[in-house]
Amino acid sequence: MISVVWAIVFILLAPIAGGLIAGIDRKITARMQGRYGPPILQPFYDVGKLFEKEHIVVNETQIFYVICYFVFMVFTGALFFSGADLLLTIFALTLAQIFLVLGAYATYSPYSHVGAERELIQIMAYEPMVILAAVGMYMVTKSFNVSDIAASSLPVVLFIPGIFLGFLYVLTIKLRKSPFDISTSHHAHQEIVKGITTEFSGPSLGLIEITHWYETVFLLGFVYLFFGWNPVLAIIAVAVIYLFEILIDNTNARVKWQLAMKSSWAVAAIVGVVNLGALYYFVGV
Amino acid sequence: MQIVQLILFLILFPLVTAVFMLFVGKDVERRWIVKLSALVIGVVLVYLLITGFNKGTLFFDIGGEPIGLLMFAIELAIAAFILYMGVRYKNYLVVGLIILQTLIMVAFEAMFTGKVEVSSNLFVDQFSIIMALIIGIIGSLICVYAIGYMRHFHEHHTGIPDKRNQFFFILFAFIAAMFGLVFSNNIIWMYFFWEITTLCSFLLIGYTKTKEATKNAFTALWMNLLGGVAFSIAILYLATLGGGVLGLDQLLASGKAVALIPAALIGFAGLTKAAQLPFSSWLVGAMVAPTPVSALLHSSTMVKAGVYIIVRLAPIYQASATGYALALVGATTFLLASGIAVSQTNAKRVLAYSTIANLGLIVACAGIGTYEAIWAAILLIIFHAISKSLLFMSVGTAEHHILSRDIENMHGLINRMPRVAAMMVIGIAGMFLAPFGMLISKWVAIRAFIDASFGFIFVIILAFGSAITVFFWAKWMGKIISGTPDSENIEGKVDRSEWIALVSIAGLSIITTFIFPLISTFLVKPFLIRNYGYTTQISQYNITIMIMMLVLIVVLPLSVLLPHRKHRHAAIYMGGVTTNANLQFTGALGIKRQVELSNYYLESMFGEKKLKTLGIYLCTGIIAIMFIAIVAGRVIS
Repeated sequence: MISVVWAIVFILLAPIAGGLIAGIDRKITARMQGRYGPPILQPFYDVGKLFEKEHIVVNETQIFYVICYFVFMVFTGALFFSGADLLLTIFALTLAQIFLVLGAYATYSPYSHVGAERELIQIMAYEPMVILAAVGMYMVTKSFNVSDIAASSLPVVLFIPGIFLGFLYVLTIKLRKSPFDISTSHHAHQEIVKGITTEFSGPSLGLIEITHWYETVFLLGFVYLFFGWNPVLAIIAVAVIYLFEILIDNTNARVKWQLAMKSSWAVAAIVGVVNLGALYYFVGV
Repeated sequence: MQIVQLILFLILFPLVTAVFMLFVGKDVERRWIVKLSALVIGVVLVYLLITGFNKGTLFFDIGGEPIGLLMFAIELAIAAFILYMGVRYKNYLVVGLIILQTLIMVAFEAMFTGKVEVSSNLFVDQFSIIMALIIGIIGSLICVYAIGYMRHFHEHHTGIPDKRNQFFFILFAFIAAMFGLVFSNNIIWMYFFWEITTLCSFLLIGYTKTKEATKNAFTALWMNLLGGVAFSIAILYLATLGGGVLGLDQLLASGKAVALIPAALIGFAGLTKAAQLPFSSWLVGAMVAPTPVSALLHSSTMVKAGVYIIVRLAPIYQASATGYALALVGATTFLLASGIAVSQTNAKRVLAYSTIANLGLIVACAGIGTYEAIWAAILLIIFHAISKSLLFMSVGTAEHHILSRDIENMHGLINRMPRVAAMMVIGIAGMFLAPFGMLISKWVAIRAFIDASFGFIFVIILAFGSAITVFFWAKWMGKIISGTPDSENIEGKVDRSEWIALVSIAGLSIITTFIFPLISTFLVKPFLIRNYGYTTQISQYNITIMIMMLVLIVVLPLSVLLPHRKHRHAAIYMGGVTTNANLQFTGALGIKRQVELSNYYLESMFGEKKLKTLGIYLCTGIIAIMFIAIVAGRVIS
């Protein structure tokens, strides 16, 4: 039921997969914007270069927080891919994310500070929906274990279509895509410089990039669970959804945090009550 | 030694200490007596745990008519005192409530003395032992902390009369009453101890005798008296049933049809004591008291008495409309109080609203009443008591050094007061981060809710409330760790007794997270099996994961000790202008300007007034519907 092998596979291959996804993302984004775009492997070159740079810090402790962020993000993904309890995985994700926020706070810098506050708002915005997604999967498959949900023969997404759409909504926040790239962004239109990562440079910033790759693979794994009964369909769905996120990213301007938060909560509340209520009424627990 | 002797000792020994406290002359005497008493209580509790954990439920036929009369006499004396205070301060709400309550109890005594029999007045089971451990260990550590704190307090506040003898007397009397409450099987005894906790909290909140303190003490008093009135009506009602159902065991065994009305009344009393909306304002107002009082009220006594009684009666509430009403009050309180905590800058108010929120979650679990929910409720009681007492005490100690309890003034506390800040960080982490206790309990609560009927509604509320919780704790933690490294260390000498208490409870917070599977197996599980016939357990695999996380959390900070080369330091980025580490930049005309960083409080979304008003209307409505439904149900049948 629980597979250590998958956890190890995740730890070894996720950065490669995540980096490639980031490369493809940049290529497609460039084409959407009418540019030629960098080579697919560009993210690896970038991160490699970051590790060659001198490690300049504002505050020694900030390195510690970034290492914790990295360790717990890898831990989160490894838990997920080993088939562990989904709620526990979500809590581990929150823990990892909090360490990044603390790292930004520790620098005591205005741009980082605003980035950290906004990151917390983002966490507050997406977390209810993510928990409800796990609960919805439990109501369908009767298990919180990722292994059981992935192996379920039920078409999960058809039971919880509302929850699925709600999850896609907050996935944009988690992938740091416009219109919800509030705390930091890959684009140049950022008004708070580089937000939460302003004071990180060199190897620290490289580590944050790699952590982000791990996170992307974990999140796409989460999307996979909605389609777990048919692996081929699931992989196609994951690819289509990621392309869709890129499209959204390139066709939307960033919104204010108020709108990001209120709309995420409204979506979570509505799909939560309607979808879980319907599930409870028709299927029972 | 027999268990019954241990229990009597636990109830009576703090009383003896309390009396000593009245007569000590010097601070050094007080210091030793308090420390020794704390040690004795701790040792006796450990002995009780070792001898009693596997004995199931034991009933003791102790006392009798003389003790009953003595209690009644003390109740009358308390009533007379409250009446006097009410008249003196012209608080006629209190006067009315105390007269009503006393009339009910006098009527009860007149009609039923000698006619109702309770076979055993005292009892002990695993849940009582858990509560006793919380009361005894955390409560007495808070008393130890209070020695140092109160000395500082009176050095700083010379205008406030030094009545430390009375103060410590009340603290220990409070602990004795809490022991009495959790070991009472006789509901009249329970009521007696219940009223004593009301009185103690009234006196402690009003300790400083300032106008605000007196006002808030009376708020606490009338709200708790309202609960007391409900409790006394429940007793009168119970006495009229058959030969009188005045034992907790009889009440639980009597079946829902009989027990639901008194259980709802006692549950209402529990809501007032646990400061649930609409009664939350007394606990927030209690902040005016010296910090050890807050620590005591919030962690091991008072509010825990409120949730204790609701958890005790949970089998009656399970799957009833009353249970769902209570659970809704709790869940609403959890959500709204968490929201209000976001908008507070005063550390003690954040803690107060967080307490109210977590008690709400416990009430929600108890109202749902399934064995899984009760499991979650008991874990929440344990972990909340530990983390919250640690937080109050570290805020209190910090306040004496930085002369502020505002979170905005705690920036860079990790550099200015490293050891106290570390305690605070452990406390905060314990409140909201995996793998610490509170988060584990929330996880268990989600699982419990989802398996219950209509549980999805509570899961949705919990999901939102828990996300809000992350926000306000994390930004506080961020404030503590953000600051310039070259700021001055002002920690100086933290009082020894304060330090003992802080370190012990911080240790407890980490140890209990490690050994919570044992607590669950040996204390909670047998309790659940006996009361529900079922139990639940976290799988071995998940426990392993949590221990791995905990080890990582404990080990990673040690990496700072590893030898590493110093990195080049650069000034922070401030948009191209010259800066130094203290957030100064050179503005126009070469003037040095200072930047100040402040956290977000999102007042427009989470304003106290707005959410509190909403909560008062909602929860009053739910409680009203609960009682109307009960009365209507009775009339129809």
